[in-house]
Amino acid sequence: MNGIDVLGPQISVLVAAGVVLVVDALFPGQRRLLPFLALAGLLTAALWTTSWVGRGDYQTVFDGTIVLDRYAVFFQYVFAGVTATVILASIDWVNREGRRQSEYYALVLTVCAGLMLLAGARDLITIFIALELSSIPQYILAGWGKDAKSSEAGLKYLLLGAVASSLLLYGMALLYGVTGTTILPDIAAAIEANGESYRALLIVAMTLLIAGFGFKMAVVPFQMWVPDVYQGAPTPVAAFLSVGSKAAAFAVAIRVFFEALGADFLSSDWSMIFAVIAAVSMTLGNLMAIVQSDIKRMLGYSSIAQAGNFLVGLAAISVAGEEFTLGASGILLFVAAYAFTNLGAFVAVIAISQRINSDRIADYAGMWKTSPFLALGLAFCLVSLTGIPPTVGFWAKLYIFNAAVRADLVWLVIVGVLNSVVSAYYYLGVVRVMFLGEPGTEQRFRASPSIAVALTATAAGVLVFGIVPAPLMSAARDAVEIFAR
Amino acid sequence: MTPGIEHFLTVGALLFCLGLAISLSKRNAIGVLMGVELMLNAVNLTLITFSRFAVSPNPIAGHTFVVFILTVAAAEAAVALALAVAVYRNRETIDVDRLNLLRS
Repeated sequence: MNGIDVLGPQISVLVAAGVVLVVDALFPGQRRLLPFLALAGLLTAALWTTSWVGRGDYQTVFDGTIVLDRYAVFFQYVFAGVTATVILASIDWVNREGRRQSEYYALVLTVCAGLMLLAGARDLITIFIALELSSIPQYILAGWGKDAKSSEAGLKYLLLGAVASSLLLYGMALLYGVTGTTILPDIAAAIEANGESYRALLIVAMTLLIAGFGFKMAVVPFQMWVPDVYQGAPTPVAAFLSVGSKAAAFAVAIRVFFEALGADFLSSDWSMIFAVIAAVSMTLGNLMAIVQSDIKRMLGYSSIAQAGNFLVGLAAISVAGEEFTLGASGILLFVAAYAFTNLGAFVAVIAISQRINSDRIADYAGMWKTSPFLALGLAFCLVSLTGIPPTVGFWAKLYIFNAAVRADLVWLVIVGVLNSVVSAYYYLGVVRVMFLGEPGTEQRFRASPSIAVALTATAAGVLVFGIVPAPLMSAARDAVEIFAR
Repeated sequence: MTPGIEHFLTVGALLFCLGLAISLSKRNAIGVLMGVELMLNAVNLTLITFSRFAVSPNPIAGHTFVVFILTVAAAEAAVALALAVAVYRNRETIDVDRLNLLRS
């Protein structure tokens, strides 16, 4: 019974997916209800998660393969919120597309269940299953559109994703071979006992794991799918990929590297690898983003650069004691900040591109005059992505760079700050086009209610946590306490 | 001479490298998928070898892992073929070099 209780949120999300399918099959006239049924499932999951916080009873179930701790709770809130925003932002697009509506929502909910399972997975097999449970529906969703571009994006995403998960699996197989177990804390204990003698093998396994997770995080050199898939996939799906699967990859990577591979002789190696990947991702992502003329491609490259910022937190672990987890808490803060900010930007892009039927940045000219609400929301989110106060993006960058300075990674901070300056050029370039450009048409338009709700909620999150970041910071710090040593 | 753990692991590693080479060099999407399948089966062989030969407190975990990998690989292949059909309907090719609609 305990296990069922711990998996409650995932089960309620999956039940909602089933209900959506059945309701659509039985009452085809009631399509308008579907997104609200999906949202109800997510709300149930969030309430279930909240009930544990009230009970404060954190535990491991199913022979230690699934754990319920503050870390899992933190990410379950993030994933429920991200999925709810994506569903709100999809309503218009799905209605316009017209076909197979219930399947779309059911797949989105399945991805969410996989992501939530990943947050609490503490065993290599469970991690693999959860990762695939969230990935396979994402491949389908990326190919959901009717046009050739969308199916091309889906196929590319799947092929590269399958190669990446094979690399990940080989890494897991080697890790199992060295340690004889798949449970993360047991792996750590086995490495502590006699890991030094297998150091070379462990480093090979670690590199393969980094390749597998790096694909999902979308960091260089595993980033080649990102711009293509973001451009080709339906925009709500691209929004989901950019936040959901990236956050999940970092969630599981932090758990694996801190809980299983945290031994001193390994952590010095992986923190160095992550530092190099972080610097390269930031630089390459930003430089490529500058030259893009398609806003979805630009957001794709910018998400690569942002993933580089996240990785600074995984690189910054060389301090011992209390501050060992400072970098990890920085990633959690950054994940939450990025979820609000990037989703807000994507919601505005979804609404605008449906209206003007174009993703070209040049066509955003004069958006301030034709749709002030969307232009202001998008501009505000882009400012937060740059990292300018008073937005939550500023605090996330400050926090994570502070962690890097404490860990003596001053060079990485310099690279990061220089990159923020570069990123300001293209983020604020879009703002300039929207506010100073001349609109092609004088016809004003308004956002639909669901888009308005989604954009207001995300922008409010960016602003509120930009002014009072303390609650978010302490939540992030509490969540990673379990990794302290 | 009976084959030992090192022989099985070597075969596994070779198969994995072959699969990786195939999936990175093939231009036909189905060819890439075949490379992936080879990699997954190399992983399965490695897992089985470790749970058979290595001193492990939990040998059954390796077997379990293999069963899950087989299942997931089947699901993934189904989706991959569906997407390949969708692409073929639109473009009349599944040659990954010619899938170049997406660019800046």
